Formats: sequence, C-alpha cells, structure tokens
Amino acid sequence: MKKANRIITLLIFVFLYAPMAVLIIASFNVGKDITQFEGFTFQQYAEVFRDRSLLTLLGNSLIISVLASGIATAFGTVAAVGIQGLNPRMRRTVMSLTNIPMTNPDIVTGISLSLLFVFVGSKLLGQRDSLTFWTLLIAHITFNLPYVILNVMPKLKQMDRSLVEAAMDLGCTPLQSFFKVTLPEIMPGVLSGAIMAFTMSLDDFVISYFVTGLDFITLPVEIYNYTKKQLQPKIYAMFTMLFLLILVLMVIMNLLQLRQDKAKNGHRRG
Amino acid sequence: MSKELIRLQDLVMEFNGERILDGINLYFNDHEFLTLLGPSGCGKTTTLRIIGGFLTPTSGRVLFDGKCINDVPPYERQINTVFQRYALFPHLDVYDNIAFGLKVAKLPKAEVHERVHQILEVVGLQGFEHRKIDSLSGGQQQRVAIARALVNRPKVLLLDEPLAALDLRLRKDMQNELKRIQQAMGITFIYVTHDQEEALSMSDTVVVMDKGRIQQIGKPEDIYNEPKNAFVADFIGESNILDGVMLADYKVKFFGRTFKCLDAGFEPNEPVDVVIRPEDIDFVAPEEGHLVGTVTAVTFKGLNYDIIVDFKGFKWLIQTTDFQPVGASVGIRLNPEDIHIMHKSEYSGMFGDYSSYSAEYDELTEDAGDEEE
Ligand SMILES: Nc1ncnc2c1ncn2[C@@H]1O[C@H](COP(=O)(O)OP(=O)(O)O)[C@@H](O)[C@H]1O
Ligand SMILES: [Mg+2]
Repeated sequence: MKKANRIITLLIFVFLYAPMAVLIIASFNVGKDITQFEGFTFQQYAEVFRDRSLLTLLGNSLIISVLASGIATAFGTVAAVGIQGLNPRMRRTVMSLTNIPMTNPDIVTGISLSLLFVFVGSKLLGQRDSLTFWTLLIAHITFNLPYVILNVMPKLKQMDRSLVEAAMDLGCTPLQSFFKVTLPEIMPGVLSGAIMAFTMSLDDFVISYFVTGLDFITLPVEIYNYTKKQLQPKIYAMFTMLFLLILVLMVIMNLLQLRQDKAKNGHRRG
Repeated sequence: MSKELIRLQDLVMEFNGERILDGINLYFNDHEFLTLLGPSGCGKTTTLRIIGGFLTPTSGRVLFDGKCINDVPPYERQINTVFQRYALFPHLDVYDNIAFGLKVAKLPKAEVHERVHQILEVVGLQGFEHRKIDSLSGGQQQRVAIARALVNRPKVLLLDEPLAALDLRLRKDMQNELKRIQQAMGITFIYVTHDQEEALSMSDTVVVMDKGRIQQIGKPEDIYNEPKNAFVADFIGESNILDGVMLADYKVKFFGRTFKCLDAGFEPNEPVDVVIRPEDIDFVAPEEGHLVGTVTAVTFKGLNYDIIVDFKGFKWLIQTTDFQPVGASVGIRLNPEDIHIMHKSEYSGMFGDYSSYSAEYDELTEDAGDEEE
C-alpha cells in the first residue's frame, strides 16, 4: 500500500512537471523541432532580448500585472478590514459573494465583463473603441480582488482586536491605527495576496482575451495568436523565464508563510 | 480630600436588549486608587471600556473634570489603558512599544528617548529596550504594558485585571509595585479585578459590583467590616450569615437567643441578616458557650484551622488556631463587636451557609475566577 502510494505520488509529479521539463529543454534546443534535441544553446534567450515586439508584450503583461495586483491589493485590504468590521451574519454573506467570482469559469467572467464594457462604453459614453487598456486593467483588478480579500481575511481574524484599541488608546485616530498597527500585523496576508494576484494577472489569457483592445495586448493573448502560425523557439525561452519568475514568487510566498508559522509557534511556546 | 475627576451618571449599557450595566453612579477622585471588584461577567470590563471611550453607553453620562465626554473618542481622552491581555504590538520592540504614544503625539526625539528610559527605570526594565515582545516573560510583558500607558502621563490609568495571567508569587510582587508606582506618579488608578484580596490590599476605595449594579462603595476596611448585604459579606472574605430579628437598637435575636450588638437604626422586629466572620469566633468550654455545637470537619490551612461546626443543623465556618477534633462538642461566645447586622436583600439566604463546605471549596471558586474570559 505504502509503495503504491509512493509510486502514485511520483507519477503525479511526473505529470505535473514533465510539460515544464519539455519546454525548458526545448528552449535550449538548437533545432526548431522539439522532437529532436540537436544541441545546447542560449541562442533562443538572446533572441527574446533582441525581439523588440516580444519585449514590449512582456512589458505590457508586467505593467498590467503590477498595476492590477497593486491596486487590487490596496482595495482588497481596505475591503477586508471593512468586512471584518461587519456583524458575523453580514460578514458570511459578503464573503460568499466575494468567493463566487473565483469559482466562476473565466470565460463567463470574461464575456460578461466584455459585454459590460462595450455596453457602458458605446451606449453611455459614446466611445467607438470601448475595449482599451483601461478596460483590461479594470478587468484584472476585478478578478484579483477576491484573492486579496481571501488572503487578508484570515490574518485580520487572527489579529487581537484589542491591538487597534490599544493604538487608539495611545492617541491614534482610526486611520493612523490602521497604518501603524493593523497593516504591519496583516502584512504577510497582504503580501501573499499581492503575489497571488500578480501571478493570476500575469498568466491570465481567457478574461484578457475578451476585454483587451487592439492598443494594448498582453503576452498570453499574443502568444495565442502566435500559435495559429508556426511557434518560434524563442517563445520557449520566454516561457521558461516566466516559469522561473513565478517559481521564485511562489517560493518567496511559501517562505513568508513558513517564517510566520515559526514565529507563531515560538510565541505559543513563550 | 482631593477633587473629583471622573463621574459616571446613571450609566446603563445594553447589548442586544440585555441589560449589562444597570444604573451605575460613581465618582473618582484625583490621585485615587479605586478598584472595581466583582465576579466574572458583572460588568467591570464594560464599565472600564465606557470610561476609556471604546463603548458608548446606552444611556447616562461620563463626566471628566465636570464636562460630558460621551462623544469624545478614545484618542482624545487623557486616559490610558492597560489591557486585560496587554495588547502589546508584536511587530515593535520594547522601546517602540513604549514610545508609541509619544511618537503619535509627535514629541521631539530627545524627549521621547528621555521619557522612555525614565519609565523603563520605574518598571525595572532597563536594558530591555531592544528585546522583542514575544521574547519576554508574562511579568515583563505586563511591565511593558504598564510603562507604555504611564509614559504618556495620563490623568487616569485604567487597568483591566492586569495581574490575572501571572502566577501567585509574581502577582503579589506586582501588586506592591503597582501601588508604589501609583503613589510615586500621583495618577488616578481605576483597577478591575475579581480577586477580593487584591482589591482590599491595593485600593483606597473599593466598589463591589454584581449583576451590573454597584453593591457597595467604601474603604477596604469598611467593606470588610460593614458589608451592606449578603453578597458583599460573602464575596469579601468568608462569612457565616444567619437569619435574625432586630428586636431593638443594639439587640438582635438569632438561634433563639438575644445578643448585644453595635448596630442600630433598624425597624423594631425587622428581619435581618446577621454576619459573623469565621476568624472572630473563639471556642470556649461547652458549658460556658452562648451556643454549643459539634465539630464536623477540620482542615489545616497553615496559619489556622478551618473548622466546620454544626449548630442545630446550621453549619458555621470557624477559623482558629485552636485545634478541635471532629466530633468534639464545642461552645462559642459572641461579643457585640463580632456581630454585624445587615438589611435583608435579594441575596438573603443565598450565601453564608457552610453545609456543603468541603476542603476543595477554595480551589473550586478560584478556578471559576481564573476562567474569566
Ligand atoms: N460587545 C458585547 N456584546 C454582547 N455582550 C457583551 C459584550 N461585551 C460584554 N458583554 C456581556 O456583558 C457581560 C459583562 O461583561 P464584562 O463587562 O466583560 O464583565 P466582567 O469584566 O465583569 O467579567 C457579560 O455577560 C458579557 O457576555
Ligand atoms: Mg473583564
């Protein structure tokens, strides 16, 4: 039984990581055919940095991800504080409402946002091209918000409520006590929320595909267009770098979590 | 007498229609050490939170220096709090915790530095400036919490069961320490505890509360010697409480006998509660006694024996150094000063009978107290 378990675990890891391995190997391949490894090269990576349009796309993706996750983190944190202040019944209701969009299929979210933007843009504002950078940004903020709230809420719940009272007792206005006490306390949750939002934004294709205009295209959307033509090996190099970036972020997030658990255990012992 | 600083007027607090504070009227003098004493759930913390500004009373007023401060938020009150569980900021070290209030008030750096070091000396934590909060022991955290509040030089310091989490030994030390600090700094202390011994030993004034109402206000000696009703008599120390009838001034009848006492001002033949403190009773030979009974239980308590004596089916607790074996027939004499008379109250008949006394009695009640919140 134990052995079977181990084998299954191994298989799962193979399935999970084999595609990445293939991609990474392909990114170092001299030839174009991924079925044949013709030699090791950094050539494709050099290509990525030489290709202006690819760099622009990557830049676009990063701009959207940073902006959207940043704004969503700010709003989401404030919203979480507000939700925490509600009475328990209202809190549960609002939390279910924020969780639903996360389980919603992306394609549904994408199309409904697109409809909304077109409707508001053309009917109410009289724009001709209603899908722009701004609609893309708004869409990303929208789908990021629940993840931030989900990460911040537990930290708020754990926090000793009397800390805020202690801050006010010592002369802080409610706003000051938020920045001086609440925020430092929930920072690990805020950070992991921000990182999660960032990665969600960075690799989102489905929603972006429906709400983006012609003026601002992100990497995943453009790559989809590439796949209609022949795929260039430099894309593999780019993917490998993206994979590593996200891997690093995930490791940071886990380390944060670990450090915090440790601090808490130390606290319990002390 | 020093002047009045805070006054609570007809304070009523309701949560979801349930009345938690029921008409509290109370004033606090400048430089006073006043203790709110009562069992868990009687509304002590609620009262403190209203004074601190964290709760708005359902009705009634809080006056500070004669001005109503109901609508003044906590951060604008010249009051600081030592919270029940310290509420120290975990992300700041000892120095920054203590300096917190001063920095918010934007005091010059040099002054902040000086005042923090001064207060560290007062609470005996020199050299701990850069320690992290979770590396401190409970007693040290307690001192930081006190320092963090005191460094702002508030007019009033609110302390909510500040010593409840400490072990007995440390608690005693901190009691003395707090009293010393209060006298040295001349700050009004409003102190909350459910520990009667703590209340009696530290306070200038004790306010005994139960069920959201004030049962008695007075100096510790007066509360102990002249309890107003059966609740206070029982809650403050041990008491034997008996049914009696006040025949006339200075004459009370109970157990079928008439005794002289020091109390007057009751209606003729008014039914009363008679309090006899266990440590005021001395044994005499049975034939010399006013009352004669049989010893049913003896517990050695270190300083004295707790002896339960059955008088005609009613069991008394007697605390004495004079050992008597179980089954012995003993007599007691009651002098007028051993007898204290109280009006009947809603608490009559609920306390002061040791029929169910057992040796574990003390520990049981202590545990119940510690469980609070
Ligand atoms: N925010 C609140 N909502 C509802 N009930 C409360 C609230 N705060 C206190 N209570 C109730 O008020 C009563 C008195 O509480 P408290 O003042 O904390 O008592 P104490 O400090 O004397 O133990 C308790 O029964 C408690 O359950
Ligand atoms: Mg309390």
